[in-house]
Amino acid sequence: METILDITNLSKTYKSAGKTLSVLDDINFNIETGSANAIVGPSGSGKTTLLGLCAGLDRATLGSVVLNGVNLNNLSEDKRAQVRNQFVGFIFQNFQLLPTLTALENVMVPLELRGEKNIRARALDLLDKVGLASRGHHYPTQLSGGEQQRVSIARAFSNAPKILFADEPTGNLDAETGEKVQKLLFDLNKDAGTTLILVTHDLELAGKTQRILRIKGGKLVADEKTAIAQ
Amino acid sequence: MSTEYNNTPNLKRSVQWSWLFKMAWRDSRRNRSRLFLFVSSIILGIAALVAIYSFGYNLREDINSQAATLVGADLVISGNKPADKNLQPMLDSLGTEHSQERNFASMVLFNKSGDTRLVQIRALQGNFPYYGNIETTPVSASKSFRTGQYAIVDAALMQQYKARLNDSIKIGNLTFLIAGTLNQAPGQTGLSAGIAPVVYIPMQYLEKTGLVDKGSRINYNFYYKFDKSTDVDKLAEKLDAQLDKSSLHYETIETRKQNTGRAFSDLNRFLSLVGFIALLLGCIGVASATQIYVREKVASIAVLRCLGVKASEAFLIFLIQIAGIGLIGSVIGAALGTLVQQLLPMVLKDFLPFSVTSSVSWLALGQGVVLGIIISVLFAMLPLISIRNISPLNTLRSAFENVSLGRDPLRWLVYLLILGFMLGFSYLQLNDWKASIAFSVAILVAFLILTLMALVLMWLIKLLMKASWSYLVRQGFANLYRPNNQTVILMVSIGLSTAFICLLIFMQSMLIKQVTLSASGNQPNMILFDIQTAQEKGVLDITKKYKMPVIQQVPIVTIKLDQINNKTAATLPKDSTADNLRKAFGYEYRVTYRDYLTSSEKIAEGKWIGKAEEGAAIPVSVDERMARRLDIKLKDKLVFNVQGTPMNTYVASLRKVNWNKVQTNFQVVFPTGVLEEAPQFHVLLTHVPSGEASSKYQQAIVKQYPNVSIVDLGLVLTILDQILDKIGYVIRFMSGFSIATGIIVLIASVRISKYQRIKESVLLRTLGGSRKQILVITALEYLFLGSLSALTGILIAVGGAWLLAKYNFEIPFQVNYIPALILFGLTAALTIIIGLLNSRGVLNRPPLEVLRSDT
Repeated sequence: METILDITNLSKTYKSAGKTLSVLDDINFNIETGSANAIVGPSGSGKTTLLGLCAGLDRATLGSVVLNGVNLNNLSEDKRAQVRNQFVGFIFQNFQLLPTLTALENVMVPLELRGEKNIRARALDLLDKVGLASRGHHYPTQLSGGEQQRVSIARAFSNAPKILFADEPTGNLDAETGEKVQKLLFDLNKDAGTTLILVTHDLELAGKTQRILRIKGGKLVADEKTAIAQ
Repeated sequence: MSTEYNNTPNLKRSVQWSWLFKMAWRDSRRNRSRLFLFVSSIILGIAALVAIYSFGYNLREDINSQAATLVGADLVISGNKPADKNLQPMLDSLGTEHSQERNFASMVLFNKSGDTRLVQIRALQGNFPYYGNIETTPVSASKSFRTGQYAIVDAALMQQYKARLNDSIKIGNLTFLIAGTLNQAPGQTGLSAGIAPVVYIPMQYLEKTGLVDKGSRINYNFYYKFDKSTDVDKLAEKLDAQLDKSSLHYETIETRKQNTGRAFSDLNRFLSLVGFIALLLGCIGVASATQIYVREKVASIAVLRCLGVKASEAFLIFLIQIAGIGLIGSVIGAALGTLVQQLLPMVLKDFLPFSVTSSVSWLALGQGVVLGIIISVLFAMLPLISIRNISPLNTLRSAFENVSLGRDPLRWLVYLLILGFMLGFSYLQLNDWKASIAFSVAILVAFLILTLMALVLMWLIKLLMKASWSYLVRQGFANLYRPNNQTVILMVSIGLSTAFICLLIFMQSMLIKQVTLSASGNQPNMILFDIQTAQEKGVLDITKKYKMPVIQQVPIVTIKLDQINNKTAATLPKDSTADNLRKAFGYEYRVTYRDYLTSSEKIAEGKWIGKAEEGAAIPVSVDERMARRLDIKLKDKLVFNVQGTPMNTYVASLRKVNWNKVQTNFQVVFPTGVLEEAPQFHVLLTHVPSGEASSKYQQAIVKQYPNVSIVDLGLVLTILDQILDKIGYVIRFMSGFSIATGIIVLIASVRISKYQRIKESVLLRTLGGSRKQILVITALEYLFLGSLSALTGILIAVGGAWLLAKYNFEIPFQVNYIPALILFGLTAALTIIIGLLNSRGVLNRPPLEVLRSDT
């Protein structure tokens, strides 16, 4: 199988009050194209930091992150931003929609950035797929949490990303809504053939992916295939 | 979901400007009222500047179109002595028509009331003015007074002494009938009429008044009309050397245009500077508001960065937004300025010698709009550049939320640009680097003091706050240093506005006080001059008869300076380096002789010699400032010309003279034994105890010695008060913009901070905090902020007033603290009121409603 993400000897340290704090220590793994994966671990284990590094939101202290053949460590923040725009989709726990843009405009932004054509129709099509075609002109504050996360999913898929990073995508939603959002996420992911990396506390959600990477104290302590993969 | 994209990364995406504009527009939709608040701070500053610029441009047009009526003739030749006999034929031959005028200061006696007053007599011969009119009531009086023993008298003077047409006035030995009221003489302003009211008489009666004696200070004006084909300026230039030799100078319509234009551009520059202060205050508001705005936008910017927006693109989105809103603010300001401009001719009417039109100046409008955009972008730049440093990681972690400029080297460039802009703009207004640097440094120092005070305040409160204090007090004070506080911006804007207005009050009261003090106690308050030698004893007798003290009695001789160390006017280089000396050689000095120093003089260098030795070089004492200006040193040889007789002198001493004292002071003092026989007049200084005594004494002197002029300091004081009031009115009008801007910045800052505070207040209310408790917390915060800012502002004004008094006006530093106290109270009260009014929204509505609508 082809690899989309290659993590080698990845370490991240921060300096705080004159002391060096190691958040991630010598992490190694790779992710196959089109697979669904979960990163799990207790609070403070370093999973969000790992997600940030994998998605090119931050730079590693040591080691390398190669995303779709591009070594992110060698790129400036602006170049990494363009890599994100071309290959990466994001879903956040707190939705992170732009509050001053309508739902439709939020979905359109990644496409506009790429200078695509026929943007509006495509964004409407995506909103339709997440069941919000009629709410396109509403601002985020006029939408419920579940609706906001569905808009966020539509936005994440709008640039047809090679890889989708989701940080606790159902963490802020009630069980029923969370269930619906999960289904939507996996369905769309399957349709588009996108690689998925989930960061979650929710082992049930993690169990719906093919592979679980367990992080503890900044180290990768387990790399397991789930029942789905087998 | 089936769209496929290329696998190969393309990392060379160019900036899509149309998308940036679209994003700026979209993002502004939900923030427009707040963005408008930011920009509202610059509206008044722009309005003030556009009003002044428009006024300036209209003024220039009006000067060009009305200059002829200001001069009244094509060419005016003037001097302060009669023309040489050999020059007279030339003077008589010029022009197609000519007129003459002699003007001088003299007493006028209103026969009916017995009142006397020092006026400017203009004795006229011919049909002057050739352009415009001497405006009189009745209109015919401007012509008819020339036909007999008639006078036209200044309107204010007529009103003051309740004089009517056909009443008689006495000027010197002659009585004239009042033929009309003078409403406006050519080129005269309301202010100059107040200082020296004019009385016109026909010149054929001048001789008989007995006021033209040797030593009398008379100005001679010759007015000429030419036919249209004559190039008057060319002709005047040709005559210049010849006129210069006879100490005459000329004025044409063109030179008047230039001189009036220059004088008014100085006024305009000063007013622009006052307007600029309003704009600067507004800029501080823009900078602070943008900082808070950017802080609130961190999450959105981080999301954009996650989605692939470059740092520079994120920066540009908000730059476009600020520039756009700056454009809107500037357009509103410019439009408002055009309206305000209609008021300026009314405000400045006393300073203008003609009517000023109020048409729309597109150039001024354009300048205002461009300036507004530049200034809003420049001052917003500091917070805006921090956008470049917002990490996309903020989407995952709130720990990154604190956006600081940190070590961004670009901030130094922004500081430099702001300083450069301030300096450059002040230079454009002042045309003098030294003054521009002084102005910029003064503003900067005031700004730094206020910022420092705000920081010290926050540090002190943190340090001194005790847990034992009541909750409300602690909460109110804590608001001053908690994150997103408005302490620095409010301190700076309230403090600068207070400092500015307070400085104006201090300076006005100090200048008035200086004159009042000069005329109080036993200080001289009446000056009699033009006393001829033969009249000296008689005047002294009258003074003694009215029991007035003779405080000083001084002989005055008019002389010219011919040589300094063998250098003469003819040997001077032609360039501007010798301008000071050239002026010195052309100038008529009024000197005295005595063998003692007065109380306002001190020897700075050399030795005071009070008596001249016969046959030896004459030792003179020169004022230190004059010596510095003309580069004269001790022992230098000066040759003076006393009515044609050369006098060889040397500089025996340099004196430090206190020119602010009301007494006769001289640049050059001769020893006794030299000038006693020269043509001279005398000055007598006395002290009159009351207005009534003054009036009786003046009448007695004028009746007996009509040529003697009397300056009543009581009257001077009143006039000075009126002038300072008029100037103060103009400055207050202009500084009103600064104050109003200060209030707007205050309102904007408080409203912006309201968004920060809403969550806390709602939380407090949710937890059971009463309306009253939140009110007390808010009131305490603003009371403290308002009073401390006002106090700091007043202290800065005290410092500024001290510097101005000591180094600029050279007067004793004495400030009146009562207006300052009133200002302090008003500022503090206003701050609290605005603070409380802006918190109404939180207080009067249910917490949930507030949260839903405002966050």
